[in-house]
Amino acid sequence: MTVLALSGGDRYVAGAYVVFLLLVLSYLAIMAVKLSRIEREVVELAEIVEARDQTGDAPPPPPPPPAKRAKEPVA
Amino acid sequence: MLTAAFALAFFYAPTDADQGIIQKIFYVHVPMAIVALCGFVAGGVFAVMHLRTRDRKWDMRSYVAIHLSIVLAVGVLLTGSIWARASWGHWWVWDEPMLVVFLIVFLLYATYQPLRFSIEDPEKQATYASVFAITAGAFVPLCFSAVRMAQGLTHPQAGTMTTSGPASVSQTFLVALLGMTLLFITLWKYEMASKNASSKLRSLRRRLAGDDDFAPASGRSAAPQL
Repeated sequence: MTVLALSGGDRYVAGAYVVFLLLVLSYLAIMAVKLSRIEREVVELAEIVEARDQTGDAPPPPPPPPAKRAKEPVA
Repeated sequence: MLTAAFALAFFYAPTDADQGIIQKIFYVHVPMAIVALCGFVAGGVFAVMHLRTRDRKWDMRSYVAIHLSIVLAVGVLLTGSIWARASWGHWWVWDEPMLVVFLIVFLLYATYQPLRFSIEDPEKQATYASVFAITAGAFVPLCFSAVRMAQGLTHPQAGTMTTSGPASVSQTFLVALLGMTLLFITLWKYEMASKNASSKLRSLRRRLAGDDDFAPASGRSAAPQL
């Protein structure tokens, strides 16, 4: 296995670029989690609408969205 | 674009005679700082539009721009500290105006989300947040003027990367700046789409529950309510 030997300056440069990469990846990961939650809710609502179309009855009220007390948006 | 910029930084742009390899940190640090500060100003401009039109979409745009800029600002502080450690031997230097002003701007915007979260009424939340975004957005250009007016000048100026030195340095820097701007716009649109979808879903859920009237979402949130 080849080990990349970095000098002092190289280490700092690599560190800075890795920090940037991690920041972007973390952001994308958080957004992906949120999008998957939205997708789950869409599927849930689609099932409710489908059930309503089949029975012709009034639909059961949809369950409340997952509780979010966090600062991060529900928007 | 960013990948191309970073490839140019390592394989095209020459190594700096003074700083050596650590100068290459600037190709990520400086564009990130410029885009973050422009994002804060854009947040202020969107907030002006919100106050003028009272359309919540502008508040949402302002919120997302500021949110993204805060994320980039964290990157700026971290990469700046890494460069400072490599160049000056310290992670942070308090007598550098640019560093301190940027930290002040960052801390100022760090209060934006708690401010929003502390206001329950969505209308008041949007108004107060817009006023904050405009005031803070006007403060941001001080960052740029602080660099220009700084007497110590141990912190390198962004302008020197494009005006002095070989053309390959300025070309690489401009490609990196363009790449960072495109990254910001892409992520901004990505988050906006996510927020809009989430908002539409909530509205659909209310309609399915038989409540066509507007009702505030359950639970307090820092994000704008469309």
